[in-house]
Amino acid sequence: MIEGLIGGLFNGISIGAVLLIVALGLAIVFGLMGVINLAHGELMMLGAYTTYVVQNGANLIGGPAPELYIFAALPMAFLVAALTGLVLERGVIRYLYGRPLETLLATWGVSLILRQFVRSVNWAMVIGLVLFCVLFFGGRWLIQKQRTLNSTITTVMVALSGAIALVAGLIINQSGGTALSRAWFSARNVDVTAPSWLRGGVSLGTTLQFPYARLFIIVLTVLCLVGVYWFLQGSSWGLRIRSVTQNRTMSACMGIPTERVDALTFALGSGLAGIAGCAVTLLGSVGPNLGGNYIVDAFMVVVVGGVGKLVGSIVAALVIGIITYLVGSGTLALLLAPYPGLSPVMDFFTFFATTSMAKVMVFALIIAFLQVRPAGMFPQKGRTAEV
Amino acid sequence: MTSQFGRRKFLLYGSATLGTAMLLKACGAPTDTATDDAAAEGGDEAAAGDGGETIKVGILHSLSGTMAISETTVVDAEKLAIKEINEAGGVLGQQIEFVEEDGASDWPTFAEKAEKLIDQDEVVTVFGCWTSASRKAVLPVFESKDHMLWYPVQYEGQECSKNIFYTGAAPNQQIEPAVDWLLENKGTDFFLVGSDYVFPRTANTIIKEQLAAKGGTTVGEDYLPLGNTEVTPIITKIRAALPDGGVIFNSLNGDSNVAFFKQLQGAGMTPDLYPVMSVSVAEEEVRQIGPEFLVGHYAAWNYFQTVESPENEKWVADFKAEYGEDRVTNDPMEAAYIMVYLWKQAVEEAGTTDIAAVREAAYGQEFAAPEGPVTMNPNHHISKTVRIGQVRDDGLFEIVSSTDGPIDPVPWNQYVPETQGFACDWSDPEKGGKYETEGA
Repeated sequence: MIEGLIGGLFNGISIGAVLLIVALGLAIVFGLMGVINLAHGELMMLGAYTTYVVQNGANLIGGPAPELYIFAALPMAFLVAALTGLVLERGVIRYLYGRPLETLLATWGVSLILRQFVRSVNWAMVIGLVLFCVLFFGGRWLIQKQRTLNSTITTVMVALSGAIALVAGLIINQSGGTALSRAWFSARNVDVTAPSWLRGGVSLGTTLQFPYARLFIIVLTVLCLVGVYWFLQGSSWGLRIRSVTQNRTMSACMGIPTERVDALTFALGSGLAGIAGCAVTLLGSVGPNLGGNYIVDAFMVVVVGGVGKLVGSIVAALVIGIITYLVGSGTLALLLAPYPGLSPVMDFFTFFATTSMAKVMVFALIIAFLQVRPAGMFPQKGRTAEV
Repeated sequence: MTSQFGRRKFLLYGSATLGTAMLLKACGAPTDTATDDAAAEGGDEAAAGDGGETIKVGILHSLSGTMAISETTVVDAEKLAIKEINEAGGVLGQQIEFVEEDGASDWPTFAEKAEKLIDQDEVVTVFGCWTSASRKAVLPVFESKDHMLWYPVQYEGQECSKNIFYTGAAPNQQIEPAVDWLLENKGTDFFLVGSDYVFPRTANTIIKEQLAAKGGTTVGEDYLPLGNTEVTPIITKIRAALPDGGVIFNSLNGDSNVAFFKQLQGAGMTPDLYPVMSVSVAEEEVRQIGPEFLVGHYAAWNYFQTVESPENEKWVADFKAEYGEDRVTNDPMEAAYIMVYLWKQAVEEAGTTDIAAVREAAYGQEFAAPEGPVTMNPNHHISKTVRIGQVRDDGLFEIVSSTDGPIDPVPWNQYVPETQGFACDWSDPEKGGKYETEGA
């Protein structure tokens, strides 16, 4: 009984930890900035692919590298996702602040572009993209030295550099041989293997087994939480982020560079998505659609927890994780088994004790909960909440 | 700052984004263009040969989405067969030209694309589908237009359409022998795990009936939604139901397999205590999950890359020469390869691509396949050899059991009460898709 309870708690927490690490970046982007970022899952996917690349690099180096690659992969995944997030914020999202519907559509589009990018990226495409950037931004810089830019010049430049890059890309693709035109990853899933010390698990008693991969994710989640908490509460940039969240106009009046704060916050949230992507490679498959499997869960956690409160996301992730586990594994039904009077309740829970039905039940509970508390577990208080 | 960006600038950057996206798309289609080229070359040869006539066939698989992992390999095998046939002179003196459509792992899309292939491209037959859900989605399209689909994957049976030829295994050619083998060698307590759609659910119904008939026990079953990677509750259930070990029968499909095997190993459940018999994990999937997670587990198929026969050696060599040394061949790919040849033989015997005539001519077609000889039966399924393999360190299978010769297909399952005593025979208009046999 005690063993069952500990096992149930551990498994529930480990499901919750995955939910939490996935939702953490979103809690910052969606919670603090109010940006509905549907490309969050794709940033995770980029983190997972970075892990794959780092793993292959480590296998090439040999020696102890394949055992330790995960420690290099985590910061790399953070960096790649954060940089992509920065480009995304500077390029698209900053024009759409305060317009949630447009943001939703634009980030959905970005997520489709990122998926297709991973499927079909090859050297020819990268060369074409780099060429476009060099021509466009280099040209802009040159012209800006001579005269001010107007939109006609910029339009011509976009068209020209785009056309040159497109043609160059196509030519390289057709004639450059397979080395240049071969897709890096293709649409197929790639195989990320955990280092051998993360396979297997610790046994406790007869029936308990704590997988190392799960323990690693729980530790990683706690570290990320501590890091984010320290950053938001302890650093000067964290102070600025919090002040912009509370009152953007007033912060701007006080001399806080709100634009840079926005970019930084978004990059931080994206980088956390990258770390989450690296973590989920320990559990599941890595493919272009990886993000889609997690994005709904991530939004669910943030909404249930209460938008704008990190602590809400933490509690919500743990509660959802534990409920999913208790219902899905049939533990609830087993607990009720000794009481014959409760057999209809037991039958009810046995009916929901499959993975698909547990999901149905969790969603039903969430809908019911949001009817009672529309603002989530920890609603934001004060004036900003109404604005 | 935001105010400085007017509509015009937004449009500008929007068009830049669009341009970039188009660039991505254009550069990102090397495979498509390459195959178009191949098709075009084929067309040119045909033009030189006999006045530019080609025979158009459709290829309809998921090139994107959760099923792409498996289905793209089948497409490769189909293209190889078409290329070989074209190089050997084509069918009826004409080159085969294929039209490729992406079902995108989305069942309504499959139906839509099937209609497009039939109505717009006017193909003479379609090779396609992997999941039973996609087959069930296109079935009404092919039946209402009286067209022809060749389906290359092992499936749950309980279907016998006049408009589909099934070249994968029926349950009695894969699932039932696998269960028999497990009962004999691995124990009698079974836990059934599957993806949540029609194939695993029907397959598990059959397994439960079979276990009940042969003295085994089903201790539990559970289903994961396609794409779900959270398998902790299932692993707990398996542990609770089989504390001292037992057989896990796995009909998960696609991505979920990766999560299942990774986390099974994490939970310390090793193949000596918890042998897993999979019916949707072949060489290609082993490679993508990582052999280190699968060593010692089992799979039941009709074909493994390690089958020893001259036909197989030639096929594996040809396939690697075409697609690269690092590629592997597997059962659905082999079934996809032979179905193109069976269709070609039927067309040649019929002397036309007319669908009704080809269908008549298909019955009794024999082919020396890599897995051994196969024969098309009047019930639209083929006789196949059944094998059980165990995963080796190198990701290929050690064949541990194999039938002496081809097993005849039984599409209507004889363990399930509702279909007991039924059979299928499309060569006889009296009988059709589901008739009661005299013995019943």
